[in-house]
Amino acid sequence: MAALTQTRWQRGRVAEVEEVAEGVRRIVLEPEHPVPAAPGTHVDVDLGTEHRTRTRSYSVVRSEDGGARLTLSVQLARQSRGGSRHMHTLRAGDEIAMTEPVQSFPLSVGASRYVLVAGGIGVTALVAMASALRRRGADYQVVLVGRSRRVMAYAEDLVAEHGDRVRLHVDDEGTPLDVAALVAEVAEHAGARHTELYMCGPIGLMDAIRGAWTGHLLPEPNLRFETFGSSGTFAAEEFVVRIPQFGREIAVGPETTMLDALEDAGLDVMSDCRKGECGLCLVKVLDVDGQVDHRDVFLSRDQKERSAHLCLCVSRAVAGADANAKARTRSNGNAPAAVTVLLP
Amino acid sequence: MTLTTDATTTDTAAPSGPVRLPAGGTLARPVDPSAPASAAAKIFNHPRNAWYVAAWDHEVTGKSPLARTIAGTPIALWRNSEGRPVALADTCWHRLAPLSQGKILGDEIQCPYHGLRYNATGRCSGMPAQETINPSAMVPSFPVVERYRYVWVWVGDPDLADPDTVPDMHQMDSPEWAGDGETIHADCNYQLILDNLMDLTHEEFVHSSSIGQEELSESEFEVTHDDTRVTVSRWMHNIDAPPFWLKNMRDKFPGFEGKVDRWQIIHFEAPGTICIDVGVAKAGTGAPEGDRSQGVNGFVMNTITPETDRTSHYFWAFMRNYCLDSQTITTQLRNGVHGVFGEDEDMLRAQQRAIDANPGHEFYSLNIDAGGMWVRKILDRMLQAEGRPSSAAPAGQGA
Ligand code: FES
Repeated sequence: MAALTQTRWQRGRVAEVEEVAEGVRRIVLEPEHPVPAAPGTHVDVDLGTEHRTRTRSYSVVRSEDGGARLTLSVQLARQSRGGSRHMHTLRAGDEIAMTEPVQSFPLSVGASRYVLVAGGIGVTALVAMASALRRRGADYQVVLVGRSRRVMAYAEDLVAEHGDRVRLHVDDEGTPLDVAALVAEVAEHAGARHTELYMCGPIGLMDAIRGAWTGHLLPEPNLRFETFGSSGTFAAEEFVVRIPQFGREIAVGPETTMLDALEDAGLDVMSDCRKGECGLCLVKVLDVDGQVDHRDVFLSRDQKERSAHLCLCVSRAVAGADANAKARTRSNGNAPAAVTVLLP
Repeated sequence: MTLTTDATTTDTAAPSGPVRLPAGGTLARPVDPSAPASAAAKIFNHPRNAWYVAAWDHEVTGKSPLARTIAGTPIALWRNSEGRPVALADTCWHRLAPLSQGKILGDEIQCPYHGLRYNATGRCSGMPAQETINPSAMVPSFPVVERYRYVWVWVGDPDLADPDTVPDMHQMDSPEWAGDGETIHADCNYQLILDNLMDLTHEEFVHSSSIGQEELSESEFEVTHDDTRVTVSRWMHNIDAPPFWLKNMRDKFPGFEGKVDRWQIIHFEAPGTICIDVGVAKAGTGAPEGDRSQGVNGFVMNTITPETDRTSHYFWAFMRNYCLDSQTITTQLRNGVHGVFGEDEDMLRAQQRAIDANPGHEFYSLNIDAGGMWVRKILDRMLQAEGRPSSAAPAGQGA
C-alpha cells in the first residue's frame, strides 16, 4: 500500500468530456508526466487565477496506459465551492494545472472482507478499488446510495462488472440505505474484526456509519473514508464572518470558503490540508447567528456540538433547519447567518 | 557495438565531446547512453515486483523493530501480538521520523518523535492531543510472508504479491536437511553476487585452498532455463576431492580415501535466489545416474536482496543431508563456508570499486558467463514489465 503524499504540479490536457449521468461529467485528462494511478488516488486541479490558487480534489476513476489517461468525474453541485462549475466548462483540448495522482485513501492488502459504501458522486473514489478487489479475488461488497438512478454515475457499470456483489439503494425508488442494518451485518459477520469499510459520500451518511461503527465497537482504523470537505449537513449559503479583533466583517458566498474569503481579504491565516482533516486552520468561535455546519473530520462529534472552534477551510454558517424560529431571535432579521471568530 | 570516436557518442569523462579513451584504451568499449538497455549493465536495476528476503525469522521480534532497507525502500520490521511479521515504511506520515526507532505496543508501533501510532496495515490508530484521527494519516504497509526461516517482503505493487511465487528454498526447513548460515552485508550491486554464484569456475582461483581445483575450469557445463529459472550443471568425474569435500566424505565414511565424482548444480530462481546442489560420491558408484548413497550432498542456499544500487544483503546457509544431528558438523560447515564466502566478499568489493573507478569501460562476456547472462536476461524482462531500465545508473554515470 503506497501512501504518497508528495504533490507535484504539472500541465494536463483535457482529452475527452462526456455526460455520464444527469449533471455528472466524465473528464479524461492527459498529464504531461504520466504515472499509474493506484486505486484510491485523487488529483488536485488548480482552478485559480494567476494570482490565487484554488485547488480542488477529484478521485481518479480510471487510470489507463500507465497513467497517460486519467478519468475523473465531476458532479455539478448546488453546494459546490465553485470547482464543479469551472470543471463543467472544460472542453477537449483545454489545458489545466494538475498534480500527479496523490494517494491518501489507499486500499489495504489482506483484510478478510471489504465493504465499499458510496453515496452519490462519492462512487468515484471506489470504482477502481472495486475492480482491484475483483482482480484479487477478495471477499467484497459494494453499496451504492443515491437520490435517483438518473444521477447515479457508474451504477450500471458497477452492476455489470460486479454482479450481485453490488447493492443499490435509491431514495426515489423507496429503497434507502438502512445504515444501522448495514453496520450490524458487518459486526455479525465472522470476519468482523478484520473487515474494512471504505466510504465516500455526503457527510451525513458518513457520520451515521461512523456512529454505528463505534456503537458496535468495531476497530476504528478499519473504517476508512475520504472527504474533500465539500459536503455538509446543509446546503451552502452566503454568510458573514466577523473578526472583531481586526474590526472586519467579510461576506462568504456559497461558492467560496471562509478560508479563501479571509485570505482574499488579506488576513494572515494558517492552513495545510484545506479539506477539514489536519486542524491547522482551527479558530475560536465567539458567537453564532444561525448555526455552524462544521463539515470537517478533525473535531469530534462532542466538539462539534459544543462549537467552541471551527475549521476555516470547510465550515460554514447557515440559518439552519429552524430558520424561521431563528430569524425571529436573530438580531438582524432576514440578513444572512453570521459567525464571529477569534483568529490566532 | 564498435569502438568509435564519433562525436555523437559520449562517455562520462566528456559528456558532450568525443570519446576519451583510457590509456591503452583500444580494449575499452565506450558507453553509448542511447544504446538499448543491455543485459550486461554494470549497475543492474532490481525488480520491485518480487519477494525479497528481508531478515532471518529470529531477527524480527515483537520487542523492538528492526530497520532494514530492502530494494531501496527503508522498512521497519516487527511482529504483532499474534507473532505475525509486519513490514511498514520506516518513516512516520507526520514528519518522517523513523518508526524503527519507536516502540511496539501490542498490535501497534509508536513513532518515537510525537507518539503517532500505526497498526499492521499502516493505518494511523492514534494521534497526540486530538480527539479524532486524520483519515489521510498512514504509512505504506508491505506484503510479508514468513517461509524457509526467513521473512520475505514485497515492495512493489501489492496487488501482484502472490505468496505462491516465493522462491523455493525448502531445504531450509525440511527434516531431511540440517545446517545453518549467516548474512553478509556485501558492498556491491546484487547482480555481481548472482554472476559470482552462477559461474563457479572462479572457485579454482578465489578458493584454491578449500574447494577450488583445476578440473573446474576443464570440465564442461550445461545451461538450461525457463521464464524464471536457470540451471547450470557441471560434473567432474574420477577426480581427487578438494580439502573441504575430503573432510565431509570422512565425516560420513570415516577413513575415506580415493577418487570421487563431484557435482555442482546451480539452481537460480528470480529475482535473487540461488540454491546450489553440491557434493561428491565415491567415483563410479552411480552418482551421475542418480544414486548418491555413496556420497555426501550439500545445498548452498543463497538469496540476495538488493539494499541500494551498490550494496546488498546476502543471506546464505549450508544445508546437508547426512549426520543430521551433529552440531559440531553444522558449526564446522558454517565456519568453513564463512571463510570461503569471505574471499568472495573481498573480490566483489574490489570489483565494485574498479567498476566505479572506470566508468568508461563496459563488461565483456566469456562462455563461462552463460548462466549469469541468462539470469540478467530474465531480470531484464522483469524490469521491462515494470517499465524500468536494466541499468540502475543514469546514462553517463557508468551505466
Ligand atoms: S486546513 Fe486542514 S483542517 Fe483546515
